Amino acid sequence: MTREINFEKITAKNIPTESLISCGHRGCQGCGEVLAMGMVMKAAGPNTIVANATGCMEIITSPFPQTAWKTPWIHVAFENAAAVASGIEAALKILKKKGQIKDKPNVIAFAGDGGTADIGLQALSGALERGHNFLYVCLDNEAYMNTGIQRSSSTPFGASTTTSPPGKKSKGQCTWKKNVAMIAAAHDIPYVATASPAYHLDLMNKVRKALAVEGPAYIQIYSPCPTGWKSKPEQSIEIARLAVQTGVFPLFEVEYGKFKLTQKTKELKPVEQYLKLQKRFRHLQEEDIAYIQDKVKANFEKLQKLCEL
Amino acid sequence: MAKRIGIENSLAVAEAVKLARAEVIAAYPITPQTHIVEELSQIVANGELEAEFIPVESEHSAMSAAIGASAAGARVYTATASQGLALMHEILFIASSLRLPIVMTVANRSLSGPISIWNDHSDVMAERDMGWIQVFGENGQEVFDLTIMAFRIAEDKRVLLPVAVNMDGFILTHMIESIEIEEQEKIDKFLPPYKPVLRLDPAHPISMGPVGVPEIYAEAKKQQEVALLESKAVIKEVFKEWAEQFGRAYNLIETNGPEQAEVVFITMGSLGETVMSALDLINVQGDKARQVRIRLWRPFPEEELLAALEGAKKVIVIDRAVSFGTSYGPVAGEIRSMLYKLKEQPEVYNFICGLGGRDVTRQEFKQMYELAEQGQYKDKYLIWGVREND
Amino acid sequence: MNYPSWRTLELGAAITTPGNAAELKTGDWRTEFPVLDEEKCVKCGLCAIYCPEFCIHEDDTGYFRADLYYCKGCGICVHECPKDALTMQLEEK
Repeated sequence: MTREINFEKITAKNIPTESLISCGHRGCQGCGEVLAMGMVMKAAGPNTIVANATGCMEIITSPFPQTAWKTPWIHVAFENAAAVASGIEAALKILKKKGQIKDKPNVIAFAGDGGTADIGLQALSGALERGHNFLYVCLDNEAYMNTGIQRSSSTPFGASTTTSPPGKKSKGQCTWKKNVAMIAAAHDIPYVATASPAYHLDLMNKVRKALAVEGPAYIQIYSPCPTGWKSKPEQSIEIARLAVQTGVFPLFEVEYGKFKLTQKTKELKPVEQYLKLQKRFRHLQEEDIAYIQDKVKANFEKLQKLCEL
Repeated sequence: MAKRIGIENSLAVAEAVKLARAEVIAAYPITPQTHIVEELSQIVANGELEAEFIPVESEHSAMSAAIGASAAGARVYTATASQGLALMHEILFIASSLRLPIVMTVANRSLSGPISIWNDHSDVMAERDMGWIQVFGENGQEVFDLTIMAFRIAEDKRVLLPVAVNMDGFILTHMIESIEIEEQEKIDKFLPPYKPVLRLDPAHPISMGPVGVPEIYAEAKKQQEVALLESKAVIKEVFKEWAEQFGRAYNLIETNGPEQAEVVFITMGSLGETVMSALDLINVQGDKARQVRIRLWRPFPEEELLAALEGAKKVIVIDRAVSFGTSYGPVAGEIRSMLYKLKEQPEVYNFICGLGGRDVTRQEFKQMYELAEQGQYKDKYLIWGVREND
Repeated sequence: MNYPSWRTLELGAAITTPGNAAELKTGDWRTEFPVLDEEKCVKCGLCAIYCPEFCIHEDDTGYFRADLYYCKGCGICVHECPKDALTMQLEEK
């Protein structure tokens, strides 16, 4: 059974121009995370309430007395963005029912990968399972950047972070990246997707779809972090593009349980092209890269099979 | 007409929340709070209360969802106890700092370990600095009344702080009492719909919970502290109005017993009623002892307590929690510190009793009185009823 | 920066002036800035889409230009320009 999601599509001709995150935010040079968040907000529009987990995005947009937010925004704590959003959503629902507000704004929760894959996983699962009509966006920069680049369960295999340093007895992060998008999909919610700021139209249309469905939606967005990845700020988009082209971060969506690859890539590029642009991987030996290559390929094929179902 | 019915106190609390027309209820089950939220979910399921019941996956999320809902402009209620309150810890402080008028029942229960589902005050005492208004009910009627008044106090524009209504686990939550349930119409008059000052509204975007840089953090804390201290006047006003409309008068503290008695018991929660009965035993030989029951714990009613303790020579403070590694239980510590302001200070005897649901009888309170009379445990505390030998 | 007293501070330290971070000049973080070659530019606007400062806007003539009050000089616009119409130039101070 397939269901059509009706939404107003964004094309190269009608990209919203007004940024709902103002200039003067304190993001690092070349921050892919604030860029991705800005794209989400452009697609969502001003009739949106944001619940933001503690993390880079909260810090760079809100040091008192200045806020970069042009929409209503609340920050409560690190691990509870999904729970806060579910409270907002429930309130809007009942206030609308009682005629105290006319329409129900979009509700979006933003959290980083630490706030999603680690400390916020329980709150996320609860909110998805309860069926709140909201969008949860994980801005995945693959480590705890705000506290100084510590590893999370979303840090990729082999990456050097301040708590997964390579050494005589270590190759850096020794575990494979946790796949939270698949965990979200396992909740059988209406919409799950991965996205990348390098593919801005795809990203923004996924946001539109996510907000159009009735019920919870989850989007995990690859968010390049030059500071944490020891990459060149100007290469943030190039790295984001290569992550997709190599299959390291494949773009897909799950609409009412139906998997679909949303990237055009037919032949995957070698992962080495991607890894070599980031000094967090520079210690890796040939055999480590070969291991990553094999596993990326195998995971991509698994995903392709899911899409054939 | 109000109707007087025999009802379990937990169900009466649920009835109070219904009469208060709470709009969002976020709760996670924990003994001995369960009967309250079970009843509320049934009330919502029956369509008797227009509200969203969020069956959250933890107390941490209960308080987080309560904050989100309150910030979005709804009237919000939750209830918890013990480990649940402890799990909320982080978020409790944020609820008050965001100035959100959430109302919460705490069905007081001891903290692990060892795990114990029974009553004492170690849960709320661990959270006493959370910046909430904190009241204690002594019986079902009081908890019913306080629950409705809590919304009115919390939402007053001069206050805008969350309120915790404490009721002793099992001893009160599972007791069936004769309670006067007020009419909806009269409650609606007493408690008009919630009109938030600030809320998450796309028509007027605001940022709530920004980064508190060192230049503003202290100002934010001072603002919060002043609001909590000044809420005392509003609480008095609301108590007065309640008395006028519903005929049941409440004060920040209550006193009873012969005024000239020089020994004064201080209690908080349901043990107050046991002490009341113990006074009858003690005062057989004359006007020996009287009693002060603390209803308002935060803000601390210092002025009222000092006035009530006038003429006291010995004060027996009954604590229901241990403040580990210090000289007194939490209530006695505050009382001692307060008494330091007096030129003539009464002696303080501190008995920490009823831990983990241990019964304390009127006879035992008489024994405490006798120890105090003999000057035993003067300026010390004793964990009451502990087996010293096998 | 002006900070209010505890008396006038909004409830819970809320900020009620949306987007007032725009007061902050982030342009002084920069060591290089983007320069546009109008000959090469095809006005595709990709530079504006990929700008993490949200500070590149279309002007009256249809060209997209970075607002140097905010531009932190990350160089993404230069790197992503499909027509090589942008180059980075060192700040002279």
